Amino acid sequence: MIAIIDYDAGNIRSVINALERIGVKDYALTADETMIRGSDRVILPGVGDASAAMKSLRERGLDSVVPTLKQPVLGICVGMQLMCLGSEEGNVRCMGIFPTEVRKFDAAPDLKVPHMGWNALRRPCGPLFDGIPDGAFVYFVHSYYASVCEATAAQCMHGVPFSAALSAGNFFGVQFHPEKSGPAGERILRNFCKL
Amino acid sequence: MVAKRIIPCLDVRDGRTVKGVNFVGLKDVGDAVELGAKYAAEGADELVYLDISATVEGRRTFTSLVSEIAARINIPFTVGGGISSLEDAARLLDAGADKISINSAALKRPELISEIASHYGSQFVVLAVDALCRDGRWVATTHGGRVLTDRELFEWTHEGQERGAGELLFTSMDHDGTGKGYPCETFAELSERLSIPIIASGGAGSVKDIADVLTVGKADAALAASIFHYGEIPIPVLKRELFNMNINVRL
Repeated sequence: MIAIIDYDAGNIRSVINALERIGVKDYALTADETMIRGSDRVILPGVGDASAAMKSLRERGLDSVVPTLKQPVLGICVGMQLMCLGSEEGNVRCMGIFPTEVRKFDAAPDLKVPHMGWNALRRPCGPLFDGIPDGAFVYFVHSYYASVCEATAAQCMHGVPFSAALSAGNFFGVQFHPEKSGPAGERILRNFCKL
Repeated sequence: MVAKRIIPCLDVRDGRTVKGVNFVGLKDVGDAVELGAKYAAEGADELVYLDISATVEGRRTFTSLVSEIAARINIPFTVGGGISSLEDAARLLDAGADKISINSAALKRPELISEIASHYGSQFVVLAVDALCRDGRWVATTHGGRVLTDRELFEWTHEGQERGAGELLFTSMDHDGTGKGYPCETFAELSERLSIPIIASGGAGSVKDIADVLTVGKADAALAASIFHYGEIPIPVLKRELFNMNINVRL
């Protein structure tokens, strides 16, 4: 069973729709610690403001649960950012699973913020990206980014290079939205379901 | 760098018809979903569905159509048409829309932009502006260009950005439906004045028109309806040609 963490952090509907499209039927939307611990895989979605999302996770006591999980965990977008050390968005300390900070993109004449649209993955590596070639396009919507670090599993460029994906042990995070990234995104979700 | 986006636009009336499409087999709700799925499979980067229903019943049907689209389509989609309150936006978000576009209601009550953006984030709010150029001054309009407002384009779009709109969808009513291209200088000026992405709409008649607005006009995306609906320029052909012109597109 895949536990999708329910912590009132934006629209999880699209994640559920994407799982159904790839034929996953055994999933549950939950904030229950026992249920999360007992699942085979965990997805931490997230849209919106990182500090509000972190607060919401903390209120449910889940900020201390997620880092201790042993099964594969996938953070998506703000879900991934919450797995980093901290974010400039509301100056919030996060769960510290990935050794990197989340910063805001500086808008410039040729650099739109939010970074919105399809961008190419550079050097995707690891089991999450099995079958995903260098240069594959995925869909991003974000104004804050995780800096490149030793846990970076794929890079992307938007004025600066940043972490499009992170991985450390059983923990995976993607800044882009696999649930909105066409066939490439579906492949990545399928790969996660096979881990 | 982020790729330039190609966005087909589908008009939906009373949940059943797709406006401006005069070939058979596109008459009911299912077909609006099918057409979107076809465009997605052909390489569309996003989709826009506009509800042009005139009735309450039509709006209700549109919401259930949005749920069907969300279940079926694996790329982002925006919905617009008749959104005039935070409740309207919430209903469409719950149905699975990735973004909503607001137009007349924002001109009437600009706070609507801030309200939706602060609740659901700027990434959820597309400000759509239909403008006309009169005596060298671009003016925002309502009712499909028939009613002029007192808002000047650059000033209004800047306010929209400051209020939290995450993207601008700009249509020149002087060019819409002509197939003669976009006002590229105006797009370039918008792009210089704003920091949010700009979607160019209305006027595309050829691959060159689209290439021009994405390069000279510095637009981030191009939206079109008839050239795709009538099969004049299939999406894979368009994207391949743009790619061959050294424009960064997702193939």
